[in-house]
Amino acid sequence: MLTYTIRRLVLAVPTLLFISVVIFLLLQLAPGDPMAQVPLTVPPEVKQKMREALGLGDSVYVQFWKWLVQFFWVEPQVLFDNIFGTHFADGKLRVLSWQTRSPVMDIVVQRLPQTLWVVGMSYVVGVLIALPIGIYSAYRQYSIFDQLGTFISMVGFSVPTFFTGVLLIVIFSVGLGWFPSIYDTTLQVNDWASFKLQIRQMVLPVFVLALYNAAQISRFMRASMLDNLNQDYVRTARAKGLGERVVVLVHVLRNSLIPVVTVIALGVPQVFGGAIITEQVFKVNGLGQLLITAIEANDLPMVQTLTFIFAVLIVLFNLVADVLYGILDPRIRYD
Amino acid sequence: MTDDTQKQGPDATAVTETTPAPYAASLAAAGPIPSAPPRSQWFDVWRQFTHHKGAMLGGVVFILMVLTVFVGPLLWTVDPTFIDIRARNSKAITACLLTGLDTMFSCFGDPKAAGLKASWAHPLGADQLGRDTLARMMAGGQTSLSVGIAAMMLSLILGSLFGVLAGYFRKLDGPLMRMTDLFLALPLLPLLLVMVLLFREPLSAAFGPETGIFILIVVAIGITSWMPAARIVRGDVLALKEREFVLAARSIGTTNTKMISRHILPNVVSPIMVSATLGIANAIITESALSFLGLGFPPDFPTWGRLLFDSIDYMQQNPERVILPGVAISLTVLSVNYLGDGLRDALDPRLRGR
Amino acid sequence: MRTKSLLLGAAAALAMAPAAMAERGADGHVNVIYWQAPSILNPYLSGGTKDIESSSIVVEPLGRYDQDGNLVPYLATEIPTLENGGVSEDLTSITWKLKEGLLWSDGTPVTSKDVVFTAEYCMHPDGGCAQLAKFNNVASVEAIDDLTVKVTFENAQPNPYGPFMGGQSPILQAAQFADCLGAAAPQCTEANFGPIGTGPFKVDEFRPNDVISLSANPNYRDPAKPAFATMTFKGGGDAAAAGRAVLETGEFDYAWNLQLAPEVIAEMEAGGKGKTVVGFGTLVERIEMNLTNPSSDLPPETRSTVAEPHPILSDFKVRKALSMAIDRELLTELGYGQAGRATCNLVPSPEMYASETNTECLTQDIEGAKALLDEAGWTVGAGGIREKDGMKLKLLYQTSTNAVRQDFQALIKQWWGEIGVETELRNVSGSVFFGGDPGSPDTFQKFYADVEMYANNFDGTDPQSYLSMYACGNEPKPSSQWQGENINRFCNEEYDALLKELAQTGELEKRGELAKKLNDIITKETMTIVPLVDRGRVSAHSNTLGGVVLNTWDSELWNVADWYRIK
Repeated sequence: MLTYTIRRLVLAVPTLLFISVVIFLLLQLAPGDPMAQVPLTVPPEVKQKMREALGLGDSVYVQFWKWLVQFFWVEPQVLFDNIFGTHFADGKLRVLSWQTRSPVMDIVVQRLPQTLWVVGMSYVVGVLIALPIGIYSAYRQYSIFDQLGTFISMVGFSVPTFFTGVLLIVIFSVGLGWFPSIYDTTLQVNDWASFKLQIRQMVLPVFVLALYNAAQISRFMRASMLDNLNQDYVRTARAKGLGERVVVLVHVLRNSLIPVVTVIALGVPQVFGGAIITEQVFKVNGLGQLLITAIEANDLPMVQTLTFIFAVLIVLFNLVADVLYGILDPRIRYD
Repeated sequence: MTDDTQKQGPDATAVTETTPAPYAASLAAAGPIPSAPPRSQWFDVWRQFTHHKGAMLGGVVFILMVLTVFVGPLLWTVDPTFIDIRARNSKAITACLLTGLDTMFSCFGDPKAAGLKASWAHPLGADQLGRDTLARMMAGGQTSLSVGIAAMMLSLILGSLFGVLAGYFRKLDGPLMRMTDLFLALPLLPLLLVMVLLFREPLSAAFGPETGIFILIVVAIGITSWMPAARIVRGDVLALKEREFVLAARSIGTTNTKMISRHILPNVVSPIMVSATLGIANAIITESALSFLGLGFPPDFPTWGRLLFDSIDYMQQNPERVILPGVAISLTVLSVNYLGDGLRDALDPRLRGR
Repeated sequence: MRTKSLLLGAAAALAMAPAAMAERGADGHVNVIYWQAPSILNPYLSGGTKDIESSSIVVEPLGRYDQDGNLVPYLATEIPTLENGGVSEDLTSITWKLKEGLLWSDGTPVTSKDVVFTAEYCMHPDGGCAQLAKFNNVASVEAIDDLTVKVTFENAQPNPYGPFMGGQSPILQAAQFADCLGAAAPQCTEANFGPIGTGPFKVDEFRPNDVISLSANPNYRDPAKPAFATMTFKGGGDAAAAGRAVLETGEFDYAWNLQLAPEVIAEMEAGGKGKTVVGFGTLVERIEMNLTNPSSDLPPETRSTVAEPHPILSDFKVRKALSMAIDRELLTELGYGQAGRATCNLVPSPEMYASETNTECLTQDIEGAKALLDEAGWTVGAGGIREKDGMKLKLLYQTSTNAVRQDFQALIKQWWGEIGVETELRNVSGSVFFGGDPGSPDTFQKFYADVEMYANNFDGTDPQSYLSMYACGNEPKPSSQWQGENINRFCNEEYDALLKELAQTGELEKRGELAKKLNDIITKETMTIVPLVDRGRVSAHSNTLGGVVLNTWDSELWNVADWYRIK
């Protein structure tokens, strides 16, 4: 397994390089122009000058090379400088956003906390409620609990977050006034009062996202448990006199986790990618909102950098999933 | 842990005349064929399926939905794009129920007199321009159901194909999974915009504007949503192919094609079914996002996703405008979910006959 | 917590100040929400409205336009005119005088050097300055003394109020931006995110595309202002959410530009936490007619260019009939409510430039439109669609994605259907439609459709450059990478001659006449542009926020110094 992991990690480098090229070409090919949000009152010749100042006059190869150097050479130096107080990166050009004219990575770092708080928390909550629901639904298939769980999760998944989010705001912010409808990203948690405020403003977005995530994961958990509950080994285990709890939670669960691990691993990069719609609805302004505004403004360096970071996470977590398969089912071999 | 034989595909108990599986050969060699007339395995599956209450209920609801949206417009012939400006923002006739017990019945007779902006000309109300909601729901259903199902099928076929191939053939695993990583990493919106840019005009020219856009949308949703299914199926296949029954099948010389179609695929049906139900919901919603980008159907073409999105702002005044498309989408997804449950159970030989 | 300590600090400072009528910072905190989030606080590096408006709290120009479009001095002592000698007789120079004793928020004095530097900053050839058009024809900007600046133009300028006037061209501090000239501009992140200004507030923290925290500028020229000690300027989301936060939940005090259906706004206002304010400017929603052939059968070199006149829309009668079939009053009522006025004019205001006699189009005339089409030789054929010489009267009508625009499309399609015109609708994502990507077929400049709808306006109060957009030769074409402003590919000798005359006329009354004539030519006389609605702006403020005066000629936050809390 170790050699496999190392081989995959080494192989990930050319894969990611290739992905970055494809993303870059895709963005170049996509219609759109960073001047789209500049009002029509600004004459075309001025817009042309602005494009040139953004470096759009360069050829595609030059633009890509610049991004590669900035991302893989200059940005790590900046990171190094920040940690050790050195000055390697001074005066070197970093990856600059076209909208804000500031380093993309600084904004990403600024956005990470609220995305992790809200989207990350909702994912953890979603997984934590999905697993028991999925397990119990399968164990008591077609019971009332199962039917109810099926109903809620299917409705939860099929009703989009742009609807549930606004609905919750109308009920709980406008109607009852319990929770704020707009997330305050400047809130600093340093005492009990501010912690309560933070919890209050997180409730609605976390609930919306957790419902959505839990719906999906619980379905896979249930289906996979059902596949295993009727297996002969379960009968054997029961015949051996093992307790029901051990049979279900140790034997069956472990064998049922492979699809669930896949789904969870696929979801983690999306946590960092933020939840585009929910972040917009609640004004969380995390990485998802950053990406969508960058796409709308055709801010290519920002979109390229963000999607590339997601790509790294995707490759990484899919590798983690593959390694976990081997641990869950030792018969799976890759060599 | 003792993993015994996984449920082994439908062929373990029923041997069909049409498929000379190696099993049949081995059984024939071992002794005379059982005297009872051989039943088709698919007959068994079907019988089991029809005995599944959830599946039957799901099936009935689904067929009703399809009938309503495709046959309904023949009965309710109002043009979904016709603007009846005087009826704008009228409420559904059911709003009468909220007027109170004493006025309720007279209200159904004459809603205007009860001070309600509603009429039998628009039983489900009308939108902000006065377009009939019932007609729009039916027209929208035609598009949403067709797009949802077609896109889901495409994404499932792609996902299962890549998943099985990657899981089963070790040589293909690397390249296929790296391709999956690539597709997962591509930013969706620019990808869709590029597809429109490249293919909208050629497709419209080849198939006419509406079919052209339909194909474009289905393909766009299909090829951007197959990756999770592929990864899930692959994970299951990786585990399955090390099981004893696969080893047993291989030992009697089962070919790869047979192995996949008879032993591997039936055992990954349940995650595929879950992906299918989630996929329909996903496709219907994605379609509305596409039309928002200007990538989908023309703006006066209603779909459930778009009806839902457009009426969010009117949630407080005309709640039925969000409830109707929301319920329609949920009902579709629920019915497909129960159908999937029934199919899964029917394909499980252990449950059959219980 | 931070807010509280700031409040205490402000209160302490005020206790020592001589008793004033109002006290700076006495009203605590104010929350503002813009559903488009500001990306940068330097308006010279971004032309976006959200960036110009948010930066206007911090940096100020020499003069602004008020809510009626009049010029009012800000950093200048008065607006220079011909009468007071500030503008030279030959219209080639303008001399501004700064107020005495002005300080930047860091306490250093504001001098004419800062003004000169600002011009240098924007006019730097490598800077890519978004407001370069404001400095058109500027030959030199020089400091006469510490408080006097003279702008000299290359030729006579009937409207010399381009540079340093309005929210688009505020004064930057020379000391802060000294190393940020030209190509170095984007590297000055700190300055671009926190410009030192003369405005009522200064930036404490700027989070791009998210939120700005501001506090009262201790050196603001009016010691009693601003009434608020701190401000949060939140960005992002959508118009409905912004409206809800002010009108229904009361979390915010001011929401910008609520582009929502009138009944939605009315419902929100019923929440009782705030009210809406409306102002009108020059923004006109219009349908543009393509005078050239956008057919996909044509090669890309000639498609939608003057080489191929439009087979249907080249006929004035067809264009006129299409306009007559539209009920502008109904469109306005449905789409904009109190925030819209039906109009037939491209230049709807200011009063002296608006052609008030051009009102014929306001009444819908379906029968007249039918008669006109009959007259033009289009006869009703199969399915009620008109035909002529075997060609169907079928139009492709495109616009950007926007709920109100899609409603307009549906309504207009129905009316055009009534007169026998078949309409295919298309909506395009705004970031593609308004982007100038020459590779995309869906930009409004390329105009691969028969008619298209969008809104446009002009900066300030003078429509000369706006009307000049429709000059012959200024059309987007392949040789200019599809850049150009004459979207209709309109070409009219009389129009061009009048434009030339306008550019040389200084007398205001005469300019008004010329502008009206130009407006009439391009609207009612040729029906090249079919104006629909003069779009106002709706913003909302909470019941407890006083002093709001909605201004559509400049930044909406132009008088934020005068805002106060109603107790």
